Amino acid sequence: MTKITFVEANGTIHETDVENGTSVMEAAIQNSVPGITAECGGACTCATCHVYVDEKWREKVGAPSDMEEDMLDFAFEVKPSSRLSCQILVNDDFDGLVIKIPEQQG
Amino acid sequence: MSNPEIQTDVVIIGAGPIGLFAVFELGLLDLKCHLIDILDRPGGQCAELYPQKPIYDIPGFPVISGQELTDNLMKQIEPFDPQFHFSRMIENIEKTEDGDFLVTDDEGQVFKCRIVVIAAGGGSFQPKRPPVADIEVFEGSSVFYAVRRMEEFADHDVVIVGGGDSALDWVLSLQPIVRSMTLVHRRDNFRAAPASVGKMKALVDQGKMQLILGQIGELSGEGANLTSMSIKTSEEEINIPVTRLLPFFGLTMKLGPVADWGLELNDNLISVDTEKFESSVPGIFAIGDINHYPGKLKLILSGFHEAALMSQAAKKIIAPDERIIFQYTTSSTKLQKKLGVK
Ligand SMILES: Cc1cc2nc3c(=O)[nH]c(=O)nc-3n(C[C@H](O)[C@H](O)[C@H](O)COP(=O)(O)OP(=O)(O)OC[C@H]3O[C@@H](n4cnc5c(N)ncnc54)[C@H](O)[C@@H]3O)c2cc1C
Ligand code: FES
Repeated sequence: MTKITFVEANGTIHETDVENGTSVMEAAIQNSVPGITAECGGACTCATCHVYVDEKWREKVGAPSDMEEDMLDFAFEVKPSSRLSCQILVNDDFDGLVIKIPEQQG
Repeated sequence: MSNPEIQTDVVIIGAGPIGLFAVFELGLLDLKCHLIDILDRPGGQCAELYPQKPIYDIPGFPVISGQELTDNLMKQIEPFDPQFHFSRMIENIEKTEDGDFLVTDDEGQVFKCRIVVIAAGGGSFQPKRPPVADIEVFEGSSVFYAVRRMEEFADHDVVIVGGGDSALDWVLSLQPIVRSMTLVHRRDNFRAAPASVGKMKALVDQGKMQLILGQIGELSGEGANLTSMSIKTSEEEINIPVTRLLPFFGLTMKLGPVADWGLELNDNLISVDTEKFESSVPGIFAIGDINHYPGKLKLILSGFHEAALMSQAAKKIIAPDERIIFQYTTSSTKLQKKLGVK
């Protein structure tokens, strides 16, 4: 199990234990973390699972693929740390990862 | 712009997988259908959200993609010649004194029918609204999510936000008639066809429009009229004049007008019985993801079953004196004739 911390836009913190191989989006849904809609269920076609990766973790988590970067055009308030959470798969290296949730998914 | 009223047996609201299969079941009972969908093509969630993704629980298909399932359904219902009306949203359903329904779309087209089948799924796919304060104040007067009439943009300061084909196509089509054209996109990479991007960049080079790499900021105006907006670039926040704004941020599912049709709802889903899948208004049925009953599963296979039972009930309303004989498509020559089997 890998520890992932979600921080809502209003500052509320959710600590979760996530099984490796699940996506960060699935981790949020399974743990009832609000603010992630995930309308397309992880198909990378809706951009309603937009999150910000904590600065300290950006390099380790890596950059979005081209397809994901294209979908980020449909998200709002996109920053250099923006990712679609359904495209981040949890592994041991992510223990302690901090994910911030935007104010709105649109 | 009132078109002549269209008369048909059944109006199906939503051309997702369940609405499509309903055409088949209704067709076997000789009922003719018109389908209306806000999307520009059939398939609902399967086509819009996961066309390339595999589905593993369609009986008889170990694996099939959302698009393949849609294509197969379209082929399966072809013999019944369903009439499609795409890029239209149904706004209103009204019952007439003689028991028919008048179903009206957002372009004012009226459909007169005996039976309404609501197969609206997770709701209608609607344009995403940027989370900008007060944007709704300007919607319909200065902010639009689609171009219905180009004249509305003539001689205006137009700002289009987005980097896909809709954004670029409208930049190119509207540029010749506007006062000023600005395209705002968050990065210097466009999903749109390279040819359109090339044409847009040429216009920028000729000084005929501007391209700003940034994101939508704040809107300001007088009453419902937009006058200026700010754009956040990586360095600064700039202000530009704008009287017409077109944001293109894709689609999202919203329940939409379904909630206003006077039907009994359960947590925004239409309550139905499990014999006929009829709503609280006789003659209006609801099948697929949009309905609710004890034990409901939002699965395609459940929706198919609902379509079959609903069709029997619909036939009894339209032809109360006719005895429905239960038949198999495998062996009934009558059904095979309807399907065009030779
Ligand atoms: C990622 C993902 C994976 C899935 N995987 C599976 C799976 O493996 N197996 C399975 O069985 N199911 C799966 N589903 C669920 C399945 O897609 C739905 O159950 C199915 O699409 C429901 O079909 P429907 O026809 O009821 O509604 P929808 O597919 O939602 O179609 C409804 C249509 O109605 C239109 N509409 C709504 N209101 C209006 C209006 N007022 N005017 C005009 N048009 C309107 C909408 O635009 C839409 O096109 C999945 C869903 C998703 C998102
Ligand atoms: S869940 Fe739709 S893009 Fe991630």
